Amino acid sequence: MPAIQFHRRQLLQGAAALTTLWAGFASTAHAASMPGARELAGEEITLTIGQTIIQVDGRPARAVAINGGVPGPTLRLRQGQKLRITVINELNEDSSIHWHGLELPFQMDGVPGVSFPGIPALGRFTYEFTITQHGTYWYHSHSGLQEMMGCYGSIVIEPAQADPAPPAHDHVMVLSDHSYVHPAGILRKLKVDPGHYARYPQTLAGLIAGKDQPLKTRLEFARMRMDPADISDVTGKVFRYLINGRGMADNFTAPITPGAPTRLRFINAGSMTFFNVRIPDLAMKVIAADGQPIVPVEVDEFQMGPGETYDVLITPQDRAYTVAAEAMDRSGMARATLTPRPGLAAPVPPLRAPVRLTMRDMGMDMDMSHGGGGMDMSMRSQANAPDVKLGPGVDMIAPMPVDRTGDPGLGLDKIGHRVLTYRDLVAPEQNPDPRAPQREIEMHLTGSMDRYLWSFDGVTMSEAHHPVTWTTGERLRITLINDTMMGHPIHLHGHIFELVTGHGDRSPRKHTVIVQPGGKVSFDVTAIEGDWPMHCHLFLHMAMGMMRVVKVRGA
Amino acid sequence: MKMRYFLSLALALSAMPLFATGLHAQETGTDQSPGSAPAPAPAHDRLADRYYDPAAMARAEAVMMNGHGNLTYSQIRADLAEVRVTGADKGYHFEGEAWTGNVNRFVVATRGEGDFGSSGDRGAEKGRFKEGEVQALYARALGPWWNLRGGVRQDFGPGPQRTHAMLAIDGLSPYRFDIQGALFLSQRGELTGRIEAAVDERITRRLVLQPRGEVNFSVQDQRDRELGSGLTSIEVGARLRYEFTRQFAPYVGVLWTSSLGRTADYVRAEGKSASSAGVVLGIKVWL
Repeated sequence: MPAIQFHRRQLLQGAAALTTLWAGFASTAHAASMPGARELAGEEITLTIGQTIIQVDGRPARAVAINGGVPGPTLRLRQGQKLRITVINELNEDSSIHWHGLELPFQMDGVPGVSFPGIPALGRFTYEFTITQHGTYWYHSHSGLQEMMGCYGSIVIEPAQADPAPPAHDHVMVLSDHSYVHPAGILRKLKVDPGHYARYPQTLAGLIAGKDQPLKTRLEFARMRMDPADISDVTGKVFRYLINGRGMADNFTAPITPGAPTRLRFINAGSMTFFNVRIPDLAMKVIAADGQPIVPVEVDEFQMGPGETYDVLITPQDRAYTVAAEAMDRSGMARATLTPRPGLAAPVPPLRAPVRLTMRDMGMDMDMSHGGGGMDMSMRSQANAPDVKLGPGVDMIAPMPVDRTGDPGLGLDKIGHRVLTYRDLVAPEQNPDPRAPQREIEMHLTGSMDRYLWSFDGVTMSEAHHPVTWTTGERLRITLINDTMMGHPIHLHGHIFELVTGHGDRSPRKHTVIVQPGGKVSFDVTAIEGDWPMHCHLFLHMAMGMMRVVKVRGA
Repeated sequence: MKMRYFLSLALALSAMPLFATGLHAQETGTDQSPGSAPAPAPAHDRLADRYYDPAAMARAEAVMMNGHGNLTYSQIRADLAEVRVTGADKGYHFEGEAWTGNVNRFVVATRGEGDFGSSGDRGAEKGRFKEGEVQALYARALGPWWNLRGGVRQDFGPGPQRTHAMLAIDGLSPYRFDIQGALFLSQRGELTGRIEAAVDERITRRLVLQPRGEVNFSVQDQRDRELGSGLTSIEVGARLRYEFTRQFAPYVGVLWTSSLGRTADYVRAEGKSASSAGVVLGIKVWL
């Protein structure tokens, strides 16, 4: 009986997908007639930031668009080329564009108040720098909450030596989240009612029905004043999840050729959403992370935090496939279709069961054999984090944070197929700087769920008059310890760093790293002169203060 | 004996790869341990001043700093806005506050109650506002869950009124109880206090049961306010609300209130009952 129901549901979804597919193709044609080319190349590029109304699944939504579109145009560049990008700000407020993941002179990095004064309302600014790297990157506004309203686009940089055997297709997949309400309203609601967008709270009915956590675990979390159902601050209750600006019904559709490799460049441009990406019935060979090549590794699914990018190769058969990018908390999905012919679609997988936090996510993994012998296992001990300012903005200090780079990400540990972990990433060539780090810096990611405050070491950006200082050229080990119950994708501007995951001088190179709740991550980095922001790429966490300026000065 | 031998052999074998890497010092790249070089002196200058107008940079930096953790928020909310029906008596009761700030807040809180009158009442008694209070407070965060509130309370309504200096603690206790304890010192030197506790139990996604209790006490006997020394009153209720949204949730509930000790004597002397049970109907709402 259940099997029959399953088929019926698949058929229904297939039929629904088919009817929207034509609409999808039609709207693609419509998009082409929208102002602004979808792809820009060359050494002289102009981008215009302006307000617009976009249609998300047939409903109008306010947006801050670049060249009239959300996302903005893809910049197709070549390694080694020079670039002059003039950005025209048509907004009535200051704006900016930050080149996420690019190594460039810091004064071109595009963060108002750190690297430049910003682009004034109705003003313009010309960025000028040389493209030194290749791979998949992106750009976005670093002003206010403009990124959350659509002010982002993708960057594809071809290597200096062209690929002798390029894939048959090369598609950019920009994952994002968009709301029909203004993000300032979202932030305010989180501030006055932190659980406001909770989609799947645990209930008494659930307890009686034997769902979710047993009573004992619920009581343990209640004693800690924590909500194990609080996976994402902002959920599908207010967000629509998009691929290349298209919602579920809009169904972004891209061509594939049966038997021929296709490259998909996934960019998580979401403001507040971790995505779980999979293509049912199709293995993905991950070939690059954060624009940096890695030894190909075949997986069925991967989790990506805002700011991260992954390039995958797929070899499809003669059928359509659904690209399913499920929000980590399972409150919604972004979806696209890959098809050899217009008119085909594949079933959209249903949302999976809601995720619940465990004691491991609270940095209290008691299953480990060495237990808590001699350690202070209380939830907020200064002894476990001497450098953290234990103020109102710090509701926990993980007593036993563990290296979780071998974990596949929240909710994907028992999923039954291959899920990428950071430990699976290996650089194909020796890292450019294999020196041992000269010193180690520990930074704690801190926050208060009930006050909706986010910070580093218990201090918000607005309070941080003591910036982090590094010396130009020095090799550093940065250890990030997550003392919160949420994962944070931490992005360091202007640098590509090496993750410490046991791969020696073939460590994966990244610009953004997820620190799992109750976990820790180390990376080694060679300091480049400049003033560089380092922040959580959950935009509202950054807006609440989870940001620092790293000041790198000559020795 | 044999067992122990095998165990130690297994241990030795498992330790070998570690030993081997140590021996050959083959660690490279990120496998190496960090050294203990000293940190440089903290830098406080803005490097961008070399490329852009320092005045413009200073302005932008101020905006950037303020915009990353120092903005102000506000809320107006009514936790209770309800009609209370006890036998033939109908009355109303409200509790709510408005605040502005971020970590530390300015708060204006109010509560009050009145009668719609009972069916047997004389007309003059109908729709009478009984008593109310308004508090103007500064709330300072003590830690992640507790706030210290200090300020003044002014009573209003037809009865005897006082102006009080007040000090309160409010916050979230383990097991997620919302708790508030307050002390009031009137201009006549009378000390009274109030402790409130509530907890939300989510039955379904939208249905929430909230047990709630309140205890009041007075240090002195205050005849004009009909308060006896010691515990003066207790109120226990349970409200079941339906969250159409988190901002708008009507509820129904049951309530039991009782005056205690000498306070109860004052009440009885007026020919009223010291305790009563009834039902409530109201909304929890915030803007």
